[in-house]
Amino acid sequence: MANFNLKINGKTHEIEVDPTTPMLWVLRDHIKLVGTKFGCGIAQCGACTVHLGENAVRSCQLPISAVGEQDITTIEGLSENGDHPVQKAWLEIDVPQCGYCQAGQIMTASAFLKKNPNPSDEEIEGAMNGNICRCGTYTRIKKAVKMAANINQNT
Amino acid sequence: MSVVKTKIGRRSFIKNTSLAGGGLVLGFSFLNSCKPDQASNMVADELPKEWFEINAYLKIGENGKVTIMSPNPEGGQNVKTSMPMIVADELDVDWEHVIVEQASLDTDSFNFQFLGGSQAIRRGWEGLRMAGASARHMLMAAAAEKWQVPASEITTETGILKHGSSDRSMGYGEIASAAAKIPVPEEVELKEINDFKIIGTSKKNVDGLNIVTGKPLFSIDTYEEGMLTAMIVHPPAFGLKFKSVDDAAIKSMPGIRDVFPIKVLEDDYERQHFDTCTFLEVVVIVGDTTWQIMNAKKAIKIEWEPFETYTEERQPYSGPKQILTIPAGLENSEEHKAMMAAMTSKKAKEVRKDGNPERAFRNATKIVERIYTAPFLAHNCMEPMNFFANVTADKAELKGPLQKPELTEHAISERLGMPIENIDIQMTRLGGGYGRRSYAHWLIEAAIISQKVKAPIKLVYSREDDMTGGIYRAAYQVKYRAALDADHNITAFHVNAGGIPESPLYADRFPAGAVANYLAESWEINSNITIGSFRAPRSNFMASAEQSFLDEVAEATGKDPIDFRLELLEQAKNNPVGERNDYDAERYAGVLKLVKEKSNWDENFEGLSRGVSAYFCHNSYAAQVLDMKWENDKPVIKKVTCAIDCGIVINPDAAINLCEGGIVDGIGNALYGEQTFKEGVPQKSNFDSYRMIRMTEAPKEIDIHFVKSDIDPTGLGEPSFPPTFAAVANAMYKATGERYYHQPFLNNPSNNS
Repeated sequence: MANFNLKINGKTHEIEVDPTTPMLWVLRDHIKLVGTKFGCGIAQCGACTVHLGENAVRSCQLPISAVGEQDITTIEGLSENGDHPVQKAWLEIDVPQCGYCQAGQIMTASAFLKKNPNPSDEEIEGAMNGNICRCGTYTRIKKAVKMAANINQNT
Repeated sequence: MSVVKTKIGRRSFIKNTSLAGGGLVLGFSFLNSCKPDQASNMVADELPKEWFEINAYLKIGENGKVTIMSPNPEGGQNVKTSMPMIVADELDVDWEHVIVEQASLDTDSFNFQFLGGSQAIRRGWEGLRMAGASARHMLMAAAAEKWQVPASEITTETGILKHGSSDRSMGYGEIASAAAKIPVPEEVELKEINDFKIIGTSKKNVDGLNIVTGKPLFSIDTYEEGMLTAMIVHPPAFGLKFKSVDDAAIKSMPGIRDVFPIKVLEDDYERQHFDTCTFLEVVVIVGDTTWQIMNAKKAIKIEWEPFETYTEERQPYSGPKQILTIPAGLENSEEHKAMMAAMTSKKAKEVRKDGNPERAFRNATKIVERIYTAPFLAHNCMEPMNFFANVTADKAELKGPLQKPELTEHAISERLGMPIENIDIQMTRLGGGYGRRSYAHWLIEAAIISQKVKAPIKLVYSREDDMTGGIYRAAYQVKYRAALDADHNITAFHVNAGGIPESPLYADRFPAGAVANYLAESWEINSNITIGSFRAPRSNFMASAEQSFLDEVAEATGKDPIDFRLELLEQAKNNPVGERNDYDAERYAGVLKLVKEKSNWDENFEGLSRGVSAYFCHNSYAAQVLDMKWENDKPVIKKVTCAIDCGIVINPDAAINLCEGGIVDGIGNALYGEQTFKEGVPQKSNFDSYRMIRMTEAPKEIDIHFVKSDIDPTGLGEPSFPPTFAAVANAMYKATGERYYHQPFLNNPSNNS
């Protein structure tokens, strides 16, 4: 067991936990931020994606001891009222079916658009390829990422 | 106008019954109360001060807001939006004034709280309409009393009651309290289809904002006071059972509370259709946090042993009791293939025979004969199997995702020794179902664990526990033969279908009915690998094989593959052979004609390989044209055009979304999907080895068209899925010149032999 001070969604959390604990379980079991989802546990599906600093990372493979001083943003912290351009585009396109993977999709998309604000279709596909959607909403996800890019550029 | 009988008495509840003479039955009780708010998509200051319950489906606030219960589990089909839309349309209210809540399992109030077989809307349609229409009628009756005018002079307009000649009007909310006391009408008038205002318009997913902001919608997100987490360890191979556990190494690990084996079903329990349970005994680890238990799982020492062949009795969904033989042994996929291949030369069970197929084959000018196979598939729902349970001496509170809650109640009641009325099942949004969550053995496991540790617990499966835990789509094989005469007419058709451990045969489907001489045969090979419903069960394979085969037969006759199918359907329409054909040839042809038009089939697209396919299942018809390019040794799917006839479409954009999903799912499973076995051990346990379709492999464009229809809604969750497999195979043939007979189509050595 060890003590950690984490900055998550702008708030500080003091956690005492086994240092090998992945951030996925710190967020869910300890802090009760459950928007970050457990899908595979081996960084293959993307359901657990969060932002570490400005990078999208798989929280199931990120031990708490590796976080250090970096800020963590989860789906709950992406915007106050669900009005981040990516969230707005997701609602406008009405992307979700079951919805389970969508928080991870949105976290991957929002980090990607920050680095590449005007992506091509191929770049979107490449960036989103690590996130599985079992319901098969890929064509809508792609449309929503493009729409979010447009919203970003027009605001 | 159609007038329908609502029901017999105010309190009576009639389940799944048809009245003599074709009358409609209102399958719910009007007096049962709504559950308190579970989720609200309305801001607090818009909420009413008081709700008045009109019936189990809806309550109206004094400010005119309406709460509508969505009776069925939501698993991504968007029924939580579309079912209340039906109620709201008949009630005649503004959709913006509607709050939707998920009902819990309440068989006294609701009918058929079931997710599966593309049945939610189809079976819910009448009851949902009557719930809205009868509430509207009660509001009109209350207004008539208040204004002292005949009810027949009262009209409604989007939440407003009006009396034209005296120029009076009031909102539903103003009279809701009086309407709640009006007797339920014996008969109720339903809207004309042309008068629908909400049905047929696209409404956004009512849970959209909750999903994109990460709200706790799923039962895996449950964290209750005093709750412990539990995980299971099941045998590593089919054919093995629990022998003993050595928990010494893990008992002292941090956060571990308890370790014990449980028996999921008692030996004398008589199973119902959905009581499939792969591993009858599993080891449970209970602890404080998931990570602690995951570490303990790695360290625990368990001995497993082979089991002997045994039989299992089961009462299926319909028909007589079955006795299944579960053979001993550690099975291998290679042996499975050889066993299935050997079946083509053995005598199979004759299921349907028209005319004299033997003679027709003897007299044929040409015979086309092909064999198709498909492997076991895992469902791989993104939300791992899980359930919350809090079982005390006299009560079981259960919460989680399952597709057939009504049918699971029985098993849980028997296993806990607790009457059904003491069991409360709350339905949470399913993080995917596809059939997998029809088999709720994990619900029973969760309840047993909670009962044993005397605490609320959440049982969570790891991805590996789920993927290696059985209840797969079965492995199948079909051999088709078609006899052609000198004029390229099909004179006989033979289908010989079987699988491990079930047969996929639908003997009465197309092209049965279109060919004078027809033979359908079936066989099965027992296995200890468990299977369950998988999106469009059996159809998902039969469509693939049949529509690939017909493509090849069309080519042998030199005909265009769509024209070829249409000719056969024309024969089935005009001169149907046999009386049991389960499809409507005209509607079947209708989707083929629509997809032909919408895909510009007759135009020549340079460099594009196009595959067509069509299928009927779950009461609906779907046809697809898939456009492919072969780039860098792999298929790139440019576009899929799809025509669907599912009767009236409730929520078009959501319906399109669902069909897009079915097509992507079909492409993924056709190209990559398979679970294989070596010495009983599933060879794929997570997404590093089990190939799922990803965004780069999805079609660049999907174009869905619905046949305009006045027919009551039929199924939609499944019908877009089965035809996709053959559309892929037929396009791959155009692209490569090779036919693909064995799934998965890519990187499968069987396709090179």
